[in-house]
Amino acid sequence: MGGTSIAAEPPVPGAPQVAEPGRLRRYAVAGAFLAPAFVLLGVWILYPAIYTIVRSFFGQSGFNDFAGIDNYKTLFSTSAITTAIKNNAIWVAVVPALITALGLIFAVLTEKVSWAVAFKTVVFMPMAISLFAAGVIWRIMDRQEPQLGTVNAFVQVFHDMFHPPGALSDAVPSTTNVSGSTTQGFVLRKPLGAGGVALLGVTAIPPTDVPKSAVQAVAPKADPHGITGVVWRDFKPGGGTPGKVESQELGLPGVKVELRDSSGKTVQSATTASNGTFAFKDVPSGQYRAAIGASTFAKPFSGVSWLGSQLITPAIIIAYIWVWAGFAMVVIAAGLAAIPRDVLEAARTDGAGEWQVFRRVTVPLLAPVLSVVFITMIINVLKVFDIVLSVAPESSQADANVIALAMWRTAFTQFNFGLGSAIAVFLFVLVVPVLTLNVRRFRREV
Amino acid sequence: MSTITADAGRPVVLEESVAAKILRVVGKTPVHIFLVAIGLLWLVPTLGLLVVSILAPQSFTELGWWKIFAHPSLATWQNYHEIFQNHQITSSLVTTLEIAVGGTVLPIIIAALAGYAFAWLDFPGRDWLFVVVIGLLVVPLQMALIPIFKLYNTLHLYGNVFGLILFHTAFGLPFAVFLLRNFFVGIPKDILESARIDGASEARIFLRLILPLGLPAIASLAIFQFLWTWNDLLVALVFGGNTRPITVAIFTQLRSFSANIDIIAPAAFISLAIPLAVFFAFQRYFVQGLLAGSVK
Repeated sequence: MGGTSIAAEPPVPGAPQVAEPGRLRRYAVAGAFLAPAFVLLGVWILYPAIYTIVRSFFGQSGFNDFAGIDNYKTLFSTSAITTAIKNNAIWVAVVPALITALGLIFAVLTEKVSWAVAFKTVVFMPMAISLFAAGVIWRIMDRQEPQLGTVNAFVQVFHDMFHPPGALSDAVPSTTNVSGSTTQGFVLRKPLGAGGVALLGVTAIPPTDVPKSAVQAVAPKADPHGITGVVWRDFKPGGGTPGKVESQELGLPGVKVELRDSSGKTVQSATTASNGTFAFKDVPSGQYRAAIGASTFAKPFSGVSWLGSQLITPAIIIAYIWVWAGFAMVVIAAGLAAIPRDVLEAARTDGAGEWQVFRRVTVPLLAPVLSVVFITMIINVLKVFDIVLSVAPESSQADANVIALAMWRTAFTQFNFGLGSAIAVFLFVLVVPVLTLNVRRFRREV
Repeated sequence: MSTITADAGRPVVLEESVAAKILRVVGKTPVHIFLVAIGLLWLVPTLGLLVVSILAPQSFTELGWWKIFAHPSLATWQNYHEIFQNHQITSSLVTTLEIAVGGTVLPIIIAALAGYAFAWLDFPGRDWLFVVVIGLLVVPLQMALIPIFKLYNTLHLYGNVFGLILFHTAFGLPFAVFLLRNFFVGIPKDILESARIDGASEARIFLRLILPLGLPAIASLAIFQFLWTWNDLLVALVFGGNTRPITVAIFTQLRSFSANIDIIAPAAFISLAIPLAVFFAFQRYFVQGLLAGSVK
């Protein structure tokens, strides 16, 4: 394109050049420099924008099918699109604020450490990655099974702290001496007093459930002051006598055994040893029942369904924040660096604490930068598209829908150009007021 | 030199009482722990993708990628070996490169020409036109998809790399013109005036003075355009047809995510390795451009 401008400049032979060449010639030169940009902007942005606005008032079949504002009515009454609008509202309400806040926190904290550059590089890095590839990454992170999905593996650590999984997942009593179910626990029918022995035999245990530490079960000795017992896998390959501890039958370690009084209240609990035995010491006189607690059968953490229809939007938002927090941090850190040190020092000398300095001096001085980040993020979030397509599996894409995605779907998978144009115009109308704020700022700079 | 100054400053630090020093270091420990945790949180996902990309596909459905640290023998180059034999993927990488290079060079040339005109040439309505160009930043590219789709079908630019490049160029222009014009305005007037008095043509001034002096801004812009076009999905999805950049090639595999993970993971990693390399090589320009675009 550089050639155009050279051609536009005719050689001026001989004539001694004084300061001012012909005015028209100067305009022609300017025109030549501007022409390529104006052609592209005109053909690829200006004309299409007008076309799309006009097209949005016509039906699916084209300009012979004037539809008035029907497309806009359809837009607000089609559930796929209203879901998209609602989701985008959530995005706008949550994401810019979170990203700005995170950026501010990171920027302020990195000022206090010597390895700030390394930290900033790491957090900023996802900015270089496409939102689409970032989505692929998070789709791998967000898998449901805690042994496969990183996020759920992480959640599991906390979950197990408060709700530890039981030692067994399934079992049935081996004899009718024991009753109950995995949801209530198994209770020995016969009440016991001090000196009693509880034989809690269970069977039908999935082989994978038998703990590795399990050893040959042992029938416990009676304790005159307490109640002893054993929980064991009452199953012997090739047959055996149910209700009797025999060789080759394994004790079940880690089982929670409860001692319940006549009202059903648990008064003591114990955990079985590797040979399955347990003991309650110093049992007061009275009748008790020994029971395998229901917590033994507590289901292990099965994973949060991040990619399911309920949590898909939060899952995508997490991925998006991972990408954009670095942007906010870098821009805010630059703003922070521009704050004169002596202003902060003066506040500190006046006796302001770190928090007060932050709250009363730093944040107000950063306000313009924070608003820039915030506004930029609103615009980006309104146009969010690729990351939704890559995080959300097909089954939950309807629930994850956003305006830009609805526009692409409508126009280029259903080929409804009328409605597609209306969605594009709707997006345009949302973006304009926000971006005008930014452009105003640009102009002030000019 | 700087080490000497630092040494000169040291005695002052030593005067700090031991107790105060301990207090200062301990006081910062939570900050260090927090930042390390955040850093790990930001690093782990990308690391996860890298590990998944070197796992045999059956491992993906059987165990978490972090198990590779306990069983390093699970790692295999098989996926990468196969993906470089996969014609669809290799040709999509070539397409991506074509789009990214074209979509970077073309808008920079055109925007530099326009930016120079807006900064240093005199013509009626100059400032007003400049505002109009910046104003086009407001138009989301969704506004152009349908008409350009029709136009490309008529002009046979559908499925054509050049069509994609032109679209990226047009939508890159408003920001590019804004950035370059503002940079060019800062070039000292004397330099240009003396060149003009020496009889240099505007074309010559542009090539010999403006472009070299504008290099920092052009570099920032180039990185942005390159990342933007390299990472694009939507534009290629709409106009690309069978001309598929890597993002679209991966997109077509997403339907059976687990089954195709041996293609998806390495392809995704390759697709982000190049922008990451660009990022690390030109980080300074990247950040400068970012600040020019948002803070200024």
